[in-house]
Amino acid sequence: MANLKDLKNRISSVKSTRKITKAMQMVAAAKLRRAQEAAEASRPYAERFNAVMAGLAASVGGSDSAPKLLSGTGSDQVQLLVVMTSERGLCGGFNTNIVKLAKAKAQDVLAAGKELKILTVGKKGRDQLKREFGAYMIGHVDMSEVKRLGYADAQNIAKDVLTRFDGGEFDVATLFYAKFVNVVSQVPTAQQIIPAKFDDAGEDAGASTLFDYEPSEEAILADLLPRGVATAIFSGLLENAASEQGARMSAMDNATRNAGDMIDSLTIQYNRSRQAVITNELIEIISGAEAL
Amino acid sequence: MADTMQFDLVSPERRLASMEVTSVQIPGADGDMTAMEGHAPTITTLRPGVLTVDGPDGTQAYVVTGGFAEISSRGVSVLAERAVVKGDMTQDQLDEMVEEAKTTYAKAKEAFANEPGPVDDAAKLLSDMVAMGDEIGLSAKQPNL
Repeated sequence: MANLKDLKNRISSVKSTRKITKAMQMVAAAKLRRAQEAAEASRPYAERFNAVMAGLAASVGGSDSAPKLLSGTGSDQVQLLVVMTSERGLCGGFNTNIVKLAKAKAQDVLAAGKELKILTVGKKGRDQLKREFGAYMIGHVDMSEVKRLGYADAQNIAKDVLTRFDGGEFDVATLFYAKFVNVVSQVPTAQQIIPAKFDDAGEDAGASTLFDYEPSEEAILADLLPRGVATAIFSGLLENAASEQGARMSAMDNATRNAGDMIDSLTIQYNRSRQAVITNELIEIISGAEAL
Repeated sequence: MADTMQFDLVSPERRLASMEVTSVQIPGADGDMTAMEGHAPTITTLRPGVLTVDGPDGTQAYVVTGGFAEISSRGVSVLAERAVVKGDMTQDQLDEMVEEAKTTYAKAKEAFANEPGPVDDAAKLLSDMVAMGDEIGLSAKQPNL
């Protein structure tokens, strides 16, 4: 039979754990709101940007003079995976899901006999990928010092990626991050950023209006494509930030609930054993009295 | 009162302005242009400079760098990589931007020793920054070109 004292200690320890997970959940909820606002605030820019780029890409894309960032290097032999994860754990399957998707892609690349390079953003993804793909890692961006995600952070990553591209280090770059759907669902997503791909913007895209371009279409495209990489990375980072907090919130909510259940069952066990001890003592007293 | 049109100024981080205006002065890469209601659809890249907006509620000025402006039948949207209300621009911010332009220039000079194109572009960016500093009344610690 479990010792009464042990049970008591156990209950109080689970109770303090529950307090911590509850606090973490509330912190995540507050941060989630901010992250969501930031993600929403960035959306108009990304949408307009992509709409204009899609129009431009459609009109220039076919020509031979199209920039390499759009048309590619003509090969897909060297693949760069940019894996963006969080700096902190305790957020459920958030990092694992992203890493799983990246690993699947990495295995595909290797199976096809192509060259693989991995750039990680965020500590957790690096830790998970290191064992299996450590040999392919070419760099890591540390985001632990970043308090508030800014466009400058995305620009730095983009600069790194673009320098490598200009240096001919890779042909195709794919971005991995988790898209925020809602608090309980974050979808790990792979997005090709180099060569750039634009969704057909649909009805009211630039295709219907004939724009004057100043300077030329090519010049604008050459100017905007590198910015497009930064924009894609920035929205990936923001989605990731919101997803991380959402995942943490639901993970901590589960943990809090589990702790509650555990406390309930431990309390029942504690009460039972206490009752048993009392009954035992009574029997001893009664049988002692009867023996007289 | 002249006709108005929709004007949006967005940076990657947030939407700075969205209002009805009569005219917008855009610092285009090939020169300034003023867009009013009914302007031909145009897309232009921006140089560092001051964007002035005239609206029914008076005039607003923003400092913008990098990005582009889209003038369409629906209005004007300016997508700037960095955009600050003119009055909020500080000396530190300008210094930082000029410093950045200087490094780009130095790098371009090094990397493209025999090609004038990128070096000229970087030099232009730098001088635009300085000109912009003069325009908004901040000194840009004149660099040696």
